[in-house]
Amino acid sequence: MGFVDNKHLSSAVMQPDQVSPDQGRRSFLQGVLAAGGCILAVDLLPARAGAAPAAVIKTGADAMSVFKTGADAMPHGTVNNPHVFITIDPSGKVTIIAARVEMGTGAARTSLPLIIADEMEADWNHVVIRQGHGDETYFGNQDTDGSRSVRHFFMPMRQTGAAMRAMLVAAAARRWNVPASEVRAENHQVLHAASGRKLSYGDLAGDVAKMPVPAAETLTLKQPEEFRYIGKGRIGMVDLFDITTGRAPYGIDTRLPGMKYAVIARPPVVGGKLVSFDATEALKVPGVEKVLEVQGWPWPSKFQPVGGVAVIARNTGAAIKGREALKITWDDGPNATYDSEAYRKEITATAQKPGLVVRNDGDADAAFAKAARVITADYYLPHLAHVSMEPPCATAVVADGKCEVWAPVQSPGNTFEELVKTLGLPPEAVKVNVTLLGGGFGRKSKCDFVLEAALIARDVKAPVKLVWTRDDDIRHDFYHTVSAEHLEAAIDAGGKVVGWRHRSVAPPIGSTFAAGVTHEIPIELGMGFVDLPYDIANIRCENGEAQAHTRIGWFRSVSNIPHGFAVQSFSAELAHALGRDPKDFLLDLIGPARIVDPRATAEKFWNYGEPFETYPIDTGRLRHVVELVAEKAGWGRKLPQGHGLGIAVHRSFVSYIATVVEVAVDARGNLSVPRVDTAIDCGAFVNPERIRSQIEGAAVMGLSLAKYGALTFKNGRAEQANFDDFPVIRIDEAPQVTHTHIVDSGYNVPPSGVGEPGVPPFAPALCNAIFAATGKRLRQMPIGDQLAI
Amino acid sequence: MLKLHVNGRDWSYDGDPEIPLLWVLRDEFGLTGTKFGCGAGLCGACTVHVDGEAQRACTMQVSDAEGHAIVTIEGLDSKGEHPVQKAWRQLNVPQCGYCQAGQIMQAAAFLAKTPNPTRDDIHGAMSGNICRCGCYERIEAAIHLASTGV
Ligand code: FES
Ligand code: FES
Repeated sequence: MGFVDNKHLSSAVMQPDQVSPDQGRRSFLQGVLAAGGCILAVDLLPARAGAAPAAVIKTGADAMSVFKTGADAMPHGTVNNPHVFITIDPSGKVTIIAARVEMGTGAARTSLPLIIADEMEADWNHVVIRQGHGDETYFGNQDTDGSRSVRHFFMPMRQTGAAMRAMLVAAAARRWNVPASEVRAENHQVLHAASGRKLSYGDLAGDVAKMPVPAAETLTLKQPEEFRYIGKGRIGMVDLFDITTGRAPYGIDTRLPGMKYAVIARPPVVGGKLVSFDATEALKVPGVEKVLEVQGWPWPSKFQPVGGVAVIARNTGAAIKGREALKITWDDGPNATYDSEAYRKEITATAQKPGLVVRNDGDADAAFAKAARVITADYYLPHLAHVSMEPPCATAVVADGKCEVWAPVQSPGNTFEELVKTLGLPPEAVKVNVTLLGGGFGRKSKCDFVLEAALIARDVKAPVKLVWTRDDDIRHDFYHTVSAEHLEAAIDAGGKVVGWRHRSVAPPIGSTFAAGVTHEIPIELGMGFVDLPYDIANIRCENGEAQAHTRIGWFRSVSNIPHGFAVQSFSAELAHALGRDPKDFLLDLIGPARIVDPRATAEKFWNYGEPFETYPIDTGRLRHVVELVAEKAGWGRKLPQGHGLGIAVHRSFVSYIATVVEVAVDARGNLSVPRVDTAIDCGAFVNPERIRSQIEGAAVMGLSLAKYGALTFKNGRAEQANFDDFPVIRIDEAPQVTHTHIVDSGYNVPPSGVGEPGVPPFAPALCNAIFAATGKRLRQMPIGDQLAI
Repeated sequence: MLKLHVNGRDWSYDGDPEIPLLWVLRDEFGLTGTKFGCGAGLCGACTVHVDGEAQRACTMQVSDAEGHAIVTIEGLDSKGEHPVQKAWRQLNVPQCGYCQAGQIMQAAAFLAKTPNPTRDDIHGAMSGNICRCGCYERIEAAIHLASTGV
C-alpha cells in the first residue's frame, strides 16, 4: 500500500464490492422520495411565552449573528473557510468534508454538512460527504465529545456555507458583468433575475476554486425562514444506505494488502505488568505467526497502553486461539487488592463526613441547626463499562519512517499527537484516518488502542489490525466512576426546604492522568452538583476524597449520572415526606424563572466550557421542560394497577431536559417501561429527527444502567467479561414508546447539547416511578433483583 | 482446504478449520458487513443465514459451514432493496449502525417464516440482537412495516 497523497481526506481502504458514497446516497434518496419524502414527523413545541432565554442573543435581522461559545477555548478552535470544507466539481457535484467524527448521533456526517449545504444553497441530492482525517490545525477542533458538535460548529458551518454562496454569486456577477446585488444563489444555481440568465454551481466550479474568501463580517446569513434543511428533519443519515447493506466502513472493517491480525493479552489488573511469558503453545496454533511483548506505561498511564503480549496471526480467529494458549506470569501491581464491595463501604462512610466545600451559599450549618425537620438519604452508583457494539480496534502501518492509522477514534487530533509522541516521528510523517465509529460513548476518546496497533505494526513491519475482544473491552475499559452521594435537607416549620447539603464521593477522571488526584475535578463538579439550580437560601456542596484503583474515564453524560440520580431521587423523596406532588414540589425547588449564577459561591464552577453569558443557568427554561413533559405525559393520569409515573429534570451540556417514565411492576417484581416522555430544550437545532433518535437511545441506555449497570472488582480484576454478566437492555425489555418533545425556541437561542443530556434524568425518573408504583425507594444502582418478590 | 458457498459463490479457505466462520468471512473473504460484537453468541452482530436460518457466525465452526448455503448482509439483496432494508431506511432506524447488519439478517430470516408477526413474536425473534445505541423501538416498527409492505 502507499501512503495516500491527499493530505486532508481519510484514505480509502479496501472494501469488497464497495459502492461509492454518492451512489449509495442517491439510492437512499430515491427510496425516501418514493416513500413520500418525509421521514418522520417530530413533535416540535413553541418555547414558553415569557421564558426569555439568554438575553445576550440578538434577535430580528441580526438573529444568530454573533454569540460566543466555548469553541474558541478548545484546542485549535473552529474554522469557517469554505476552501477547507467544500469542493465543487464541474459536474456540479459538491463534496463537503466531515471533519468531526460520526458515532451515531448524525451530527458529524449529516447535520454539520447539512448546515453548509443549506447556507450555500446546495441541493443535497448533489452533495457527497468525505471524511476528513485527523488534523486540527487545518479543520479546527475535532474532538467529538461533550455534546459539542452542533453547539460549537453551528455558526462556523453557517459562515462556511454563506461564504461559498457569496463567492458563487460574485463569480457569476463577474461573468455577467452585473452588480452582485442583482444576483442570487438558489438550489445549486446562480440566477440573474433581470436577464433571466443562470449558471449552475458546476459551471462556476473553476471560478470559485481559488477565489479569496470574503471576511465573515461581510457575509449575509440566511434568515431562518429561508432554511431549506436546517430544523426540518427531512434528510436521512448520509450513511443509511451503506449501513443497511453492510458496506459502511467501521474501524474494524479496515483492510490493507498484506495485513496481519492481532489481539493482546493485557495485565488483568490495571497498573500490573508482565513478568514473563511462554509462547511455545501459542505458536503451534495454525495461523499464528508471531508473539511479541507490547510496551506498557506505568500507572497512572493516561491514554497510553497498559502493555502485555500480542499474538499476530493470519486472521483474528487464529490470533484469539493463539492468545488462549499463551502462558503468562503477571505482577499485579498496586491495585491488586481493589475490591468494589469494600470500596462501596469506604466511599459511603466518607460521604457521612464533611468534605472539601465546593459550593457554599448562605449558612447551611445554621439552617440545619434551626430546622424543624431534617431528611437524609444516601445513594450509590457503581462503575459502568461503555460496551460500544464495535469494540476498540485500529489498523496501523509503520514503515519508512512514517505511520498511518485507520481507527474509530472520537479524538483524531489527540490520537495524532499521541502517535507522534509515542513513535517519536515528525508530525508530517503521521496520518490518522477516521472511520465510522460503531458507538463511542466516551470510550473511543482514549486512543490507547491505536497506540497499541502502531507499536505492534512497527515491530511486525507489516500492516496490522488490532481488535479488542468483548472481554478485553469490559475488563480493560476506562470505567465510569463509582459514586456515593449523601443528601440532607433542612425543612422549616412551614414545610419549606431552607437548607441543602450534598456530599459527593467518587474517584475522579483526573486520577487517570496524575497520581494523587482524589477530588472531583471542575468538569465533574460542574455536572449536576455545584450547578444545582434550586431556590434554596443555604446550600453546601462537599466533595470527599476517593482514591482510584482503576482507570476512570468519561461515559456518556459523565458525572451527571450520579449527581442527577441523587438530586432528582432526593427531590422526589422530599416531596413524598412532605406530602406534596413530586412535579409541583420540583417546580417549587426550582423556584421562579431567573438566572442562577453559581460563580459567586462555587469557586471552580465549570459551565461545560461555555461562557456563562451565552449559556446561563435559566430556570425559566428548566421549569418549562418540567411543565411541558408533565403536560405531554399526562402527569396525574389514572394508571393501571402496578403502574407508576416518575419525573426528573436535569440541565446538562447546557441543555434542559425533563423526563417522565411510566413503569409497570408486576406481582413478582418484574419491571417494564410502557412509556417515556422527554422534553428537551436544546436551543436552535439542525436535525430534529436525529434529536429524537438520541432521546430514544438515551432512554434505552438509561434503562440499561439503572436495571443492570454494575462493573465490579475482586482482587483488582473486573468481574465481568461479556454481555451475559454485563447485560444491557434488549428489545423485549426496552421502553415500549418514547415520545420526544422538542422545544422550538427558534434561532435566537444558541444551540446546546443533545447526545448526552438524555441520559441523566432517566434513571431517577424511573426510580421515582417505581416508588409511585410500589412504595419501594431504590437508592442503590443497579436495580438488579431489588424488586423481586 | 474448505469449500464454502457464500452469497451464491464458491470460496475456498486453507486455514484452521476449527475457527469461527465469522473470522473467515471477515478476514479471509473480506465480507466485513458481518460484524463482531461478543464472540459468544450473546449479541447477534454476526448474524448470517445458513440455509435460510439465522445463525451466529461467531459460534459456528467454519468447517461446519461446508456444504451449506451461507448468505451475509452483502448477499441479502443485490441492490440492497430487501423489504427489511427498505423499511430500515424508511424509518431511519440506525444510529451508529454497527449492529444493524445483524439485526437486518435476523429480521429477514424471521419474517420469511413469520410473515405477520405480533409484537411478542418480534421480541422473541429479536431479543438475541443487542443495539447499544438503543434503536429498538424503530427496529420493532420497521419489522412491522416490512411485514405489511414497504
Ligand atoms: S458476535 Fe456473534 S453473537 Fe455476538
Ligand atoms: S445502531 Fe449502534 S449498536 Fe445498534
